[in-house]
Amino acid sequence: MSKMSVDDKLGLDVFHTDEVNSHIDVDLDYKDQEEIQKLLYACPGECYKQIDGKFTFSHLGCLECGTCRVLSHGKIVKDWHYPHGEIGVTFRQG
Amino acid sequence: MSERELDADVIVVGGGLAGSSAAIVLARAGLDVIVVERGDYCGAKNMTGGRLYGHSLEKIIPNFAEEAPIERVVKQERVSLMTSDGSLDIGYSSEKLSAEPAEASYTVLRAKFDKWLAEKAEEAGAEFITGILVDELIVEDGAVVGIRADGDELYANVVVLADGVNSLLAQQIGMKEELRPEQVAVGAKETIKLGEDVINERFGLKGNEGLCWLSCGDPTLNEFGGGFLYTNKDTVSIGVVATLSDIGYAGMSVPHMLDHFKEHPAIAPYIEGGKTIEYSGHLVPEDGIHMTPELYRDGVIICGDAAGFCINLGFTVRGMDFAIESGRLAAEAIIKARDVYGAYTKDTLSSYDIMLKESFVMQDMKEFKGFPTILSRREIFKDLPEMADEDARKLFTVSGKPSEGLIMEMLDNLAKRTSARELVDLITTILEAF
Repeated sequence: MSKMSVDDKLGLDVFHTDEVNSHIDVDLDYKDQEEIQKLLYACPGECYKQIDGKFTFSHLGCLECGTCRVLSHGKIVKDWHYPHGEIGVTFRQG
Repeated sequence: MSERELDADVIVVGGGLAGSSAAIVLARAGLDVIVVERGDYCGAKNMTGGRLYGHSLEKIIPNFAEEAPIERVVKQERVSLMTSDGSLDIGYSSEKLSAEPAEASYTVLRAKFDKWLAEKAEEAGAEFITGILVDELIVEDGAVVGIRADGDELYANVVVLADGVNSLLAQQIGMKEELRPEQVAVGAKETIKLGEDVINERFGLKGNEGLCWLSCGDPTLNEFGGGFLYTNKDTVSIGVVATLSDIGYAGMSVPHMLDHFKEHPAIAPYIEGGKTIEYSGHLVPEDGIHMTPELYRDGVIICGDAAGFCINLGFTVRGMDFAIESGRLAAEAIIKARDVYGAYTKDTLSSYDIMLKESFVMQDMKEFKGFPTILSRREIFKDLPEMADEDARKLFTVSGKPSEGLIMEMLDNLAKRTSARELVDLITTILEAF
């Protein structure tokens, strides 16, 4: 099979997106690289990125798995709650 | 509490398998049930590998597979120890597999299956509110009396928490601790369309027969976890599961691990030419009985993934059958509390605990309580697949060079990788687990 980027894969999913409000509050100024690296490795949606040393986060494309909450609650992940009803990913297969 | 008008006898939070199972049983017993589900529809936020062992749903809906949207009936099992270029497979196929409904297992897709089960609960009389997130539980004098959702308050005698592995509601009121990275794994999965005929041809299946294929070693680059492939009707579910505490060991991200797994020489030919139609991710409880929360309090009861009910033995992975059984038992406990006591306190709901302990839910989790420890040992995910690969290659290769004897070669291979003390330690852990 030809390789797809995570963005392309997420493009196949149905999302009802709230562009403005994020259900995850992330500390982008967090400096501990080890902690940042955990999220870069673990997030299946690649919501956490580090490009040219700059740590970024986007809730668009979040699969709501809660991995980042478990790994870094109270550190990088200041707050994590579920998106409001009907917002976020809708699996048609699951 | 008796003066307040109740919106229902029972509010169920979460319309997954545990929630809908509870709702069916409650509604059949004549209780007013409201199920609140945050997804567009029940199943919209849910994902499985996945295989459903049917026995627990059989108790609620006998012969459910005749009408439920199952994908395939599992008739083939495969477990593989994989290295980067090898795969030692143990396979079993038999007409005897899934021959009886009570022993059958099925591949399922949750968006379809959960929706159906919710419809069954609706038919039984339960009311569903979808697209609404429950923000918090309403607690008065230590008792849960209702929920707050989207600015509204709903009151009931009992709230059933079937809100999944990240049960923030159970955490909010202190019944459950924050999940720890060693207790959960993240699954990332693609659903790949191949077509029914192609699947049957490639996997050697007939009609609606299905295959479940679990693997460990190279799929997660020797991290704790594994790869899976399940055949659905005209798609395959393929993915990796990685224990959170071990992610990073191999220096590869979870999404890249999935791509890596798809490219494995033992996997790639099966999915060649397929078209990915969905990408999904979810947490999986992995710590079995060690992560059981406080299961009930005044006016509240917890079931399914929210209660961490699961077993991973490497060759069988179970969660959905536990969810259904625990949902049913939660409902039975509530019905008993109504019939016998007319009250819904920690005391009157305590038959839940007794029934769980008498059922396979607690008994199996207790029986296999050592497995989370085994499955957090590098030997299982690194040394074992590598040794298996090497031994199998020697076993099946004839080069004309004189052989040292198979047993000697295998012992040599073992000695190269582990000291006698480490080996005894590993064997002790394994024996303890059984």
